[in-house]
Amino acid sequence: MVVGSVIERQRGDAADRLLHALADATRRDIVERTIVEELSVSALARGYPMSFAAVQKHVAVLDRAGLVTKRRRGREQLVRGNVDAVRDAGAALDRLVAVWTARMDRIGELLADDPEGAST
Amino acid sequence: MTVTNVSKDADALTLTITSEFDATVERVWQVWADPRQLEQWWGPPTYPATVVEHDLTPGGTVTYFMTGPEGDQPHGYWRVVAVDAPRLLELEDGFADDTGAPNADLPVTTTRVALAERLGGGTTMSIETTFPSAEAMEQMSAMGMEEGMTEAMGQLDGLLAAA
Repeated sequence: MVVGSVIERQRGDAADRLLHALADATRRDIVERTIVEELSVSALARGYPMSFAAVQKHVAVLDRAGLVTKRRRGREQLVRGNVDAVRDAGAALDRLVAVWTARMDRIGELLADDPEGAST
Repeated sequence: MTVTNVSKDADALTLTITSEFDATVERVWQVWADPRQLEQWWGPPTYPATVVEHDLTPGGTVTYFMTGPEGDQPHGYWRVVAVDAPRLLELEDGFADDTGAPNADLPVTTTRVALAERLGGGTTMSIETTFPSAEAMEQMSAMGMEEGMTEAMGQLDGLLAAA
């Protein structure tokens, strides 16, 4: 586990770092993309309406929180989402439950708003 | 609350969600069978879905894309495995490239939807999703992170407490 080495009295700090790291939409997006594939900071930067330096700063925040790891390849810096951070299968399932629960709630709303349905 | 039961099997990599709706089986079926209705619930409000192709017959394909707040458009597809309207739908759900062609690098999940009348009226819908591997489950989970964020934070908190 990514936080396995965190000793007792540092837990609060680590939790704060994690939550802070995940509190930003761009950073969440960076984690999502780099869990799927390792990407260079410059490749990442092309996907956002912000400077290379700004993206690098986001990556640094994620790195400190243990959500991504960085390695060098030549002049490039490659970023990989840390699967360990989401390794717990139960936790992964819980997040998917949230996605499907929201879908079911939207179906419920749709059925309430449109009880007769379309005449397709 | 629409969802009445959630059953997680982390070993079998299967997730089953059961919901109850105050509508007939035929009406609930429409939310899958009518692309315009499907668009209203598949994606979260921040990523509404647009259905392009919609052939709900065995071997048929459904393609769609979602539009994000910054104009990003992730594409996805279903390959219809089995259909028995209005009770059963089985599909493979995967990611696609910008042309709608399947992206083989990303996991494909199998989803089985079953509808049944409830005693005393209404419909029970169960959705069973099976992941090909634990890694696939993590990838899917990471991609659904935006929506499950509140829960994710709770989980990370739990993870830290357990570490």
